[in-house]
Amino acid sequence: MTSEEQAENEEVTTEEASDQYLTFFMGGEEFGVDILSVQEIRGWEPITSIPNSPKQVLGVMNLRGTVSPIVDLRQSFGINELTYNDETVVIIISVESEGSPKVIGIVVDAVSDVYNFTRSQVQPSPELSQTLQAQYVKGLGTTDDKMVILLKLSEQLIADVDVVSGRQLLAG
Amino acid sequence: MSVDLSQFHQVFFEESYEGLDTMESALLNMDISNINDEEINEIFRAAHSIKGGSGTFGFMEIAEFTHVVETLLDLIRSNEFVMEKNHVDLFLKFVDCVRTMIRELENGEECSTTVSDELKIVFTAILEGGDSSGTPPTDESSTESGPSASGWEVYFKPDVDVLRTGNDAVRMFRELAELGEISVEADLSSLPTIDKIESDSCYLAWNITLIGDVSEAQVSEVFEWVVDDSDLTIKPLLAEVAEVAEVAEVAELQEDNVENNSPANSSPDSNTARDVVAKKVAAKKDTKTESVSIRVGTDKIDSLINMVGELVITQSMLNELSKEFTVDSIPKLLEGLTQLNLHTRELQENVMRIRMLPISFAFSRFPRLVHDMSNTLGKKVELILLGEQTELDKTVMERIGDPLVHLVRNSLDHGLEMPDVRAASGKDEMGKITLNAFHQGGNIVIQIIDDGAGLNEELILNKAIERGLVSADENLVAEEIHDLIFLPGFSTAAQVTDISGRGVGMDVVRRNIQELNGTVDVESKAGQGSVFTIRLPLTLAILDGQLIKIGQETFIFPLLSIVESIETKGQTVHRVSGGCDVLRLRDEYVPIIRLWEIFNVEAEHESVEDGLLVIVEGDNMKVAVLVDDLLAQQQVVIKSMQQNYRPVSGVSGATILGDGTVSLILDITGLIKLAGVSKDAYKKIADSDGTVAA
Repeated sequence: MTSEEQAENEEVTTEEASDQYLTFFMGGEEFGVDILSVQEIRGWEPITSIPNSPKQVLGVMNLRGTVSPIVDLRQSFGINELTYNDETVVIIISVESEGSPKVIGIVVDAVSDVYNFTRSQVQPSPELSQTLQAQYVKGLGTTDDKMVILLKLSEQLIADVDVVSGRQLLAG
Repeated sequence: MSVDLSQFHQVFFEESYEGLDTMESALLNMDISNINDEEINEIFRAAHSIKGGSGTFGFMEIAEFTHVVETLLDLIRSNEFVMEKNHVDLFLKFVDCVRTMIRELENGEECSTTVSDELKIVFTAILEGGDSSGTPPTDESSTESGPSASGWEVYFKPDVDVLRTGNDAVRMFRELAELGEISVEADLSSLPTIDKIESDSCYLAWNITLIGDVSEAQVSEVFEWVVDDSDLTIKPLLAEVAEVAEVAEVAELQEDNVENNSPANSSPDSNTARDVVAKKVAAKKDTKTESVSIRVGTDKIDSLINMVGELVITQSMLNELSKEFTVDSIPKLLEGLTQLNLHTRELQENVMRIRMLPISFAFSRFPRLVHDMSNTLGKKVELILLGEQTELDKTVMERIGDPLVHLVRNSLDHGLEMPDVRAASGKDEMGKITLNAFHQGGNIVIQIIDDGAGLNEELILNKAIERGLVSADENLVAEEIHDLIFLPGFSTAAQVTDISGRGVGMDVVRRNIQELNGTVDVESKAGQGSVFTIRLPLTLAILDGQLIKIGQETFIFPLLSIVESIETKGQTVHRVSGGCDVLRLRDEYVPIIRLWEIFNVEAEHESVEDGLLVIVEGDNMKVAVLVDDLLAQQQVVIKSMQQNYRPVSGVSGATILGDGTVSLILDITGLIKLAGVSKDAYKKIADSDGTVAA
């Protein structure tokens, strides 16, 4: 984060109520999730695969004694350049579900930043096709020079889904 | 008082419950025409120690009541009094009543004496030879004892300044509560609006219903400090009010005895609307159920102490070794670690055994349940309990209680026919319900067997079609029809009875059992009866596992499901029509499941000839599972997959191995389903070969 951006963010905080988002990169685009749903960020490590799981569910991981599924969010968004290297990270988030919240890890290309977005800076996403990916998009956060796709992830992450391309989604 | 006796109260309560249980079971087992001295003695001893204990601790209500009963028992014992069938029921009522009283004492309440007083009158009457009919007092009789005995209705409207004079209404209610069962209703009519309320003024008035054997003087004594400034009316309680309260109390009592016998402190099934009084009792009861204890045999404790001793020795040995550690001591270190390993494992096993209780804890409630229900329904029933010493985990036991009760009720209510119907169809008038428990593999199997009419397939099918659960043109075999009863929203009870058919269906039973990782299914033959079979894991937390390898993946078989592992050279493998390969294992044919195929993983050995076959048993059949290699055996702690993911077919859970990685535990029944191995086809093969499937 540059000092300029920081100053900008702080300025925003003082003006009106805002939400903090953790942003990350997938396929060159920047996405954000509500920082309060984020539990931790881990480096990529080999995991145990689950037989006959949906394509985007890579497997399960031992998260200090609990077993959590790991979802490659890039696959959920139809991004096909899947690399697993030192920069690849797993963001552990907690999503709402019937009963107790589920703790799920999402694999993304790289973690980027933490932004404050005021309500007015978040615009509703344009009319998208009725795909699941569209359901994940909460809105588009804009700062002066860039746009962040803000996500509201759900239990649907681990469901069997058809995958459409993320580009398609953005173009929609 | 020099010694605080209250510390022994809990022991007294527990012993009394035990004594009551003994009395109850002895009463139920008693053959009235031929009374065994030993049985009467047993009942007498139990009553005697309850009397003694309650006397010592100053629970005079119980002591006096028990004394009367004890006197009668003594007469029976010395053959001066002939016991009849209705006396058994009377004694059972005594047991229930005392149990309720003790429960009240345990909850720190005053015990109510309404029921006991009535019973006492009946017992005294029998003793005096006056009333040998032994008819217990019905609800009307509560009015006999006169208005003074049944209770009081108090309207209490204190002066606005009552609080300023240092009088607290709550304290008065407490005092009243000591006299008997009370329910209080506040009258808010004179409550001003919020801006006019002064915090130290009292705007409330109360309607108090007090049930108990209390004189008017005792009631007014409570209010004696405030009576001058307040509006106080004390009226004898109207007969019907007392009656309602009492009915509720009796209902509570009866419900209690269903639940009482089990160690399970499951929440009471709230099916009947209860009177305020009963509600109050129930609410108080709930708050008290938190600290539960289990009784553990001394042998188990002793072996635990032994284990810990060994562990300490090993630990000090390792300590010693570490002080002067050289390369030469490595063998010794390894030896020590092996011992440590052994002891930890044994310790763990022993600790687990503490949680294991014989299933008789869950079964013990049924003799009474069946006794009461068969009386209500007018059916003749013999209850047979088998395998009562079969042990299972306390948690599992607690949660299996309700489904079991449901199934037994069902069998009694819907399964068994009325005596005349049975006689007409050439059966013994006395119906039979058998509860059977035994271990099979890593499971405990509980069967509820009745020799009643069996499931009415036609009725079930029609109902299911009517409810839209199946379509009319579906061709279902008998087994599938039987399975329909477990569907949600299915209840064939022609009429809703008090006993079953309250809308809680078999689907709830199945769901409860599935939550415990168990299964329930039914076999039924028209005219011959039904068998409900519940299979449950012995414990929910830990499992002995056999690690296996397929390609890069490690999976775990529950060790107990493994029959054997063999290497095949291919000559015993046959392909039967339908694409299923079978292995000829001595004189049995066992279907082969290729794990890599159904799990879609890469395997080192894809053909049966190269790999290892693990013969496992599940869902009443054997299958041979093709794996690459067998790895170590170890105990694994079961972790839920559902918690953060969802159920995976063929996998019952996950665990974390020593190196921190996750490994999946295989579910044999699921694997069989996943592989699509048909049980029928398998049976056919087995049958044609003249052998019976396991």
